[in-house]
Amino acid sequence: MKQRKLVGMSTISEDEVARVAALARIDLRPDEITRLAGELDVIVESVAQVSAVAGDAPATSHPLPISNVFRADEPAPALPVAAALGAAPQAEDGRFAVPQILGEE
Amino acid sequence: MTSDVTRLSAAEQAKLFASGEVSSVELVTAHLDRIEAVEPQLNAFIHVSAEVALEQARQVDAQRAQGEISSPLAGVPIAVKDIVVTKDVVTTAASKILEGWVPPYDATIVEKIKAAGLPILGKTNLDEFAMGSSTEHSAYGNTANPWDLERIPGGSGGGSAAAVAAFEAPLAIGTDTGGSIRQPAAVTGSVGVKPTYGGVSRYGLIAMASSLDQAGPVTRTVLDSALLHEIIGGYDPHDSTSINEPLPSLVAAAQQGATGDLTGVRIGVVRELSGEGYQVGVSKSFEESLDLLRAAGAEITEVSCPHFPSALSAYYLIMPSEASSNLAKFDGMRFGLRVEPEDGPVTAERVMSATRGAGFGDEVKRRIILGTYALSAGYYDAYYGSAQKVRTLIQRDFTAAFENVDVLVSPTAPTTAFKFGEKLDDPLAMYLNDVATIPANLAGVPGISLPSGLSDDGLPVGFQILAPAKADDRLYRVGAALEKALENKWGGPLLSQAPELEVK
Repeated sequence: MKQRKLVGMSTISEDEVARVAALARIDLRPDEITRLAGELDVIVESVAQVSAVAGDAPATSHPLPISNVFRADEPAPALPVAAALGAAPQAEDGRFAVPQILGEE
Repeated sequence: MTSDVTRLSAAEQAKLFASGEVSSVELVTAHLDRIEAVEPQLNAFIHVSAEVALEQARQVDAQRAQGEISSPLAGVPIAVKDIVVTKDVVTTAASKILEGWVPPYDATIVEKIKAAGLPILGKTNLDEFAMGSSTEHSAYGNTANPWDLERIPGGSGGGSAAAVAAFEAPLAIGTDTGGSIRQPAAVTGSVGVKPTYGGVSRYGLIAMASSLDQAGPVTRTVLDSALLHEIIGGYDPHDSTSINEPLPSLVAAAQQGATGDLTGVRIGVVRELSGEGYQVGVSKSFEESLDLLRAAGAEITEVSCPHFPSALSAYYLIMPSEASSNLAKFDGMRFGLRVEPEDGPVTAERVMSATRGAGFGDEVKRRIILGTYALSAGYYDAYYGSAQKVRTLIQRDFTAAFENVDVLVSPTAPTTAFKFGEKLDDPLAMYLNDVATIPANLAGVPGISLPSGLSDDGLPVGFQILAPAKADDRLYRVGAALEKALENKWGGPLLSQAPELEVK
């Protein structure tokens, strides 16, 4: 698998911050993009040392070994509709009301 | 002031309640009065739920009148970090995006607290979504350290630690993803415990990093933490990572420790968590505690955990990666803030971006973007993948160390409380506060911080004890023994040396 070179490379340009912010669905002001580019560059350069330390150890995603469990298939009370909708910015006919999902003109 | 119930430990308050000398309403009222008197200076609470607490107290008093006392802490009030959801009580995670949110359900630990008869005084301040080490990233203002109002109370659980240290509450709930219970305890002279991962239910915690988050007790004494830990701990079918085994006997371990005898207990000092970067007064206080432990009969050796220096880097990849995924639910659709874009089409995607841009603070944006970057195509293996491998190496360091010692110890934080604004513009310097606490989260092992004294700047220092997974009882035995030895030396608890807050 191809990996980009990491250490010592200025990887996080303002364009890169804008691209990632779009992936993360966060609108940023231009001054925020400038500041984040500088900060993230320093952080990433520091944390990138993990790739030099990792070696061929297996990856751990979880602190303790656990296996998947299934609960008994028994009916239990769920949140009432009114409670689920109670904090929604907008609700209609017992449903969440949301803006148009598809972006076509 | 000496007859003031708020100065008593939770265990002492519970005893007065059980014997009928005070009512729960009296205990709650005394703490609400204290809150009213010192909150203008501290801002430890985002929301005080006075009416709810009094109503709960009346119920507990009525139960007592029937001869029912539901737990060893029944009647004693508690504060809850505002990242734990409470039914019908506002929960914000210190974020603008959840301003005014009233959850429709209780976290499992809140259900357990209510069932145990502890009235909830309110919700404590924190760094937004628990992201920070100083509580300066709250959307609802800074919390001051009761030892010095110009200084931070630690973070992210600065509100819970300050509330307990300032006698606004005898007990509080914290959450610890990289040190958010232990580091605030250290800088405020209080006690905080991060239980074994899976030992306390995460159901109803607003998640930051699901493989690291753990809720636990924030108190003024080791015994109080053990009492609260036994109430909130244990298996929860609503949390798929909950450990389906009984807790070890924590209160009994604290009582055993309080006898002061540690004969035969093997304590390992982590070589990598000392030296450079640790304030001189912090190291000195730590060494003094080691002498006391030695005098109590413990056998002390130095232990090396060679991969701990890489823990901070692994953490600052794993945590933001998980956070970026967990916080995707704040999309302006089902709860919380909704902001429409200023111009252009109002689509769900653009509303989501506008909402998150307006609703999240700087540190939350920084971590979500860092996490999204670390998980993005082309970087995943080098960053997230490598960090997960380092996580394995850290776990192996712990496993190897615990073959030779029963517990590991270190200073909880490298420095005492710093001044507001000192590290706010330097994220990396802020992250270094958690250098000694993070390894435990990566490995899932339990840890406690208790006060070991004052540094040369007159501010509290924390002493950290770490134990193997599921051996939380060892924290309480060793912690209670050290607490006893220190208090004998001081002639009372460290908090009695804290400056009196001005009372309005």
